[in-house]
Amino acid sequence: MSEVAPQAPLIEAHNVTRILPGIVPTTLVQDVSLRIMPNEFMAITGPSGSGKSSLLYLLGLLDLPTSGEVLIRGRDTTHMDEEERAFTRLSLLGFVFQFHFLLPEFTVLDNVRLPMRALGRLSAEAQRERSAMLLTSLGLGDHLSKRPDQLSGGQRQRVAVARALANEPPVILADEPTGSLDSKSSEQVFEVLRQLVREYGKTVVAVTHDLGLAERMDRHVELLDGRIVSDDIHQHAPAR
Amino acid sequence: MNLTLDIAWTHVRARVRQTGFAVAGVATGVGFSIMMAALMQGSQDDFTNRLVNTLPHITVSDERRSPPPQPAETLYPAAKIYGLTPEARRRGIKNPLATMAALEAWIPGGVAPSVKVQGIIRYANHDVATTITGIDPRREAQVSDLPKQMRGATLNALYRATNAIVVGDRLAEKIGARIGSNITVQTSEGVRINAQVVGFFHSGVRQVDESTAYVLTKTGQILSQQTGLINELRLRLRDPMASREVAARIENETGYKSVSWQEAHEDLISTFLIRNIIMYTVVGAILLVASFGTYNIISTITHEKARDIAIMKSLGLSEFTVRTIFVIEAMIIGIAGALLGFLLGYLMCLALGEVRIKSPFMDSDRLPLAYSYVHYLLAGMVALVSSVAAGYQPARKAARLHPVEIIRGAT
Repeated sequence: MSEVAPQAPLIEAHNVTRILPGIVPTTLVQDVSLRIMPNEFMAITGPSGSGKSSLLYLLGLLDLPTSGEVLIRGRDTTHMDEEERAFTRLSLLGFVFQFHFLLPEFTVLDNVRLPMRALGRLSAEAQRERSAMLLTSLGLGDHLSKRPDQLSGGQRQRVAVARALANEPPVILADEPTGSLDSKSSEQVFEVLRQLVREYGKTVVAVTHDLGLAERMDRHVELLDGRIVSDDIHQHAPAR
Repeated sequence: MNLTLDIAWTHVRARVRQTGFAVAGVATGVGFSIMMAALMQGSQDDFTNRLVNTLPHITVSDERRSPPPQPAETLYPAAKIYGLTPEARRRGIKNPLATMAALEAWIPGGVAPSVKVQGIIRYANHDVATTITGIDPRREAQVSDLPKQMRGATLNALYRATNAIVVGDRLAEKIGARIGSNITVQTSEGVRINAQVVGFFHSGVRQVDESTAYVLTKTGQILSQQTGLINELRLRLRDPMASREVAARIENETGYKSVSWQEAHEDLISTFLIRNIIMYTVVGAILLVASFGTYNIISTITHEKARDIAIMKSLGLSEFTVRTIFVIEAMIIGIAGALLGFLLGYLMCLALGEVRIKSPFMDSDRLPLAYSYVHYLLAGMVALVSSVAAGYQPARKAARLHPVEIIRGAT
């Protein structure tokens, strides 16, 4: 974080279009331009099929735009090879999905350790310590050696958040992180995401259907038919 | 533990039954291939040993590979001459003692002179075509195992009677002769002598045991009506496998036809080659079928784990890493199958070794088995390579999965 200038965007999308090829090509995202700044807490909303998840996958380098560019920390990612894109995801981006997507055979601790092991920057002991610290800070300190199927939906989603934070990425991309949770668990997960922004200086971009949640976030981008129709900074947002 | 190995091991361990079947498939292939190789190699070695021990490694005869040029052809090289009667030559190896001395100077082994005559043995109204070889019993141990193969007497019994003869046990059985029986030996040139059976031999090679007899060199010369005749030199080398090269050199130096045991039994040796091709084809087929099991389990795992693959890729694990995970899983199945197959193969060999059979073609009542680490190494390597090859395709397919498609499918 320290090497990035305060006002330099973390992620930029320049005229990004994504068309699914086929007999009848489908446009998922059309000519979207977006700048995501450090320490932003941003919601992407829109009706089903408006292209919000597709945009998130493009911003998270899980998908390639048909045209346009996605820049991360000023670096164009559209011409990176698969290995380089994978490494960028591993080191700079953290993902949280609607379903937790934890590896069922591994313990909670090992699931959180997984990205650290893949990156290989920390020793095994340091990886365990950091995983335990992350899980404890998310209220899961008593569940380290449990398997995902022994946890509740909210707990699993918090494990997924811990895993997304494993390699200290500056950006967390969340796709409907509360979509499959009850209201209490949703609130817990939302609070965790807000803490990440407020206390840890992370940037969180979350796709959600829940307009109530979106209103509580600092910035609200609304999509319709693959295009941005509104991009609002809320009054309660801290000054940039 | 390494991340890829850890995930691979966890996947395999979580599917004990499916993995067990795949491992059992590979183990069966490896086990049977080891057993078959032991049996094939064992029978081949057994037969080769009997050939090598029974017969001289090299036989130098008084023949030439191609007829020598006629004097007229040498005199008029530009002319093509038809209808020449080949020049009659005195039979036998010229100066056999000098030739033997020259060979003994460099040959790594022993040399013995002999007289070979084709004839018929008659006894009790039985006529059997026989190869009669006149030998020197004192030198015979240098060139064959005949002294060890004697039954009922030693080879020195040939000195005990005038025209003494030692016959193969099957030949004796065929004509009903016993030790002390007086039999008639007649050659194709009409020479006829009475000989006394002084012993039997058993080489283990049926063809030899039922159509060969040994007499003293002197008796052989009487049968061939030529005093001092030596028409064959028999050699035994310390390394039987060098026979082909040594035979070629002898032929080059002496001009006489020199036949190694490999050349004399080329048809059998080529049969072994065909047999080995058949064996390795069958073993290959077994392991190929086993590799289908590996393909099946890896395909199933990659199919079941599509969501995990998507999440691993979204976290930032590269295609190479994901592919490696599933290739390692195939390797685990291959290695486990090979190790289990080694045990299975060894136990099957032990069990086969206990089987008692009665065959007129074999002296032993046990199956000849060869235990060689090469069989294990080869079967293990083939199993591992076929498992990895079988696992690679689904692994590659899995690694190429587009995470977005799976994440969308899951949501």
